[in-house]
Amino acid sequence: MNPVFEELAIGQDIGSRSIGVTRQDLVKYAGASGDFNPIHWNEAFATGVELPGVIAHGMFTMGAAVQLVTDWAGDPAAVVDYQTRFTKPVLVADTTGTGDAGAVIDVSGAVGALDAETRTARVDLAVVFDGQKVLMKAQVLVKLA
Amino acid sequence: MTINPDLQGRSYPAAEVYDVGREKIREFARAVKATHPAHFDVEAAQGLGHPDLVAPPTFAIIVAQRADAQLIEDPEAGIDFSRVVHADQRFTHHRPIFAGDRLVAELHVDGVRAMGGGAMITTRAEIFALGEGDGREPVSTTKSSILVRGEGQ
Repeated sequence: MNPVFEELAIGQDIGSRSIGVTRQDLVKYAGASGDFNPIHWNEAFATGVELPGVIAHGMFTMGAAVQLVTDWAGDPAAVVDYQTRFTKPVLVADTTGTGDAGAVIDVSGAVGALDAETRTARVDLAVVFDGQKVLMKAQVLVKLA
Repeated sequence: MTINPDLQGRSYPAAEVYDVGREKIREFARAVKATHPAHFDVEAAQGLGHPDLVAPPTFAIIVAQRADAQLIEDPEAGIDFSRVVHADQRFTHHRPIFAGDRLVAELHVDGVRAMGGGAMITTRAEIFALGEGDGREPVSTTKSSILVRGEGQ
């Protein structure tokens, strides 16, 4: 069932999910997005520019986190505005060949604001890796029917 | 290298056209682990009232980063891409992006601020869909800030 504006309340939980990330996912994202910065796929390069290791594209995390909202809204076109700050890198361990995730990102969302005039709900996302928020002020504005 | 402070206020006009294809929408959707049928199945998208497949909410980054590349690759800018970290990002959609759209982006450098030995650069891409004749329709406004880290940062 798609959410109905009149039935929403501030603070309402919209759900949560865990996203497993591998180095292969980062290569896929690099190819799909065109962002081939080697810090997202080459360990030696990443450490050579003083990063702790290969890190996920901020845009991978942002793009994957919003799927919770898209599925809740029932239509990806309902997302009219989406913003975030990238505060911590998501370090992705090399688990190639093991089938394990190299990092796990936990996403949860709650209704943060409602605007009756525009019939929009602002969903605030909490996006956590390794016990720390990696996105700050991750806000998704959803236009409801 | 140091960032050229004169970049602020600079604009790069719309360059090449980006043709939004169905397979690209599907590929990008898979890459961000999206599963909504409106990204994959034309009938499902049309069932929601859309003309064709709907792009995921962050798909516009492809077009925005192509526009950003004009700045990053501008030798006058002095930006070392390997030291670039994405600091923040915003998408404002005036309408969804659909398969079949022909998009162009104008890039505006809204801010340049020295930070430590590096700089924070804020850009805005205004993305339009080309219509019949000379017409163009606003589709998305994307804003991003990148931090170019100085040595030791």
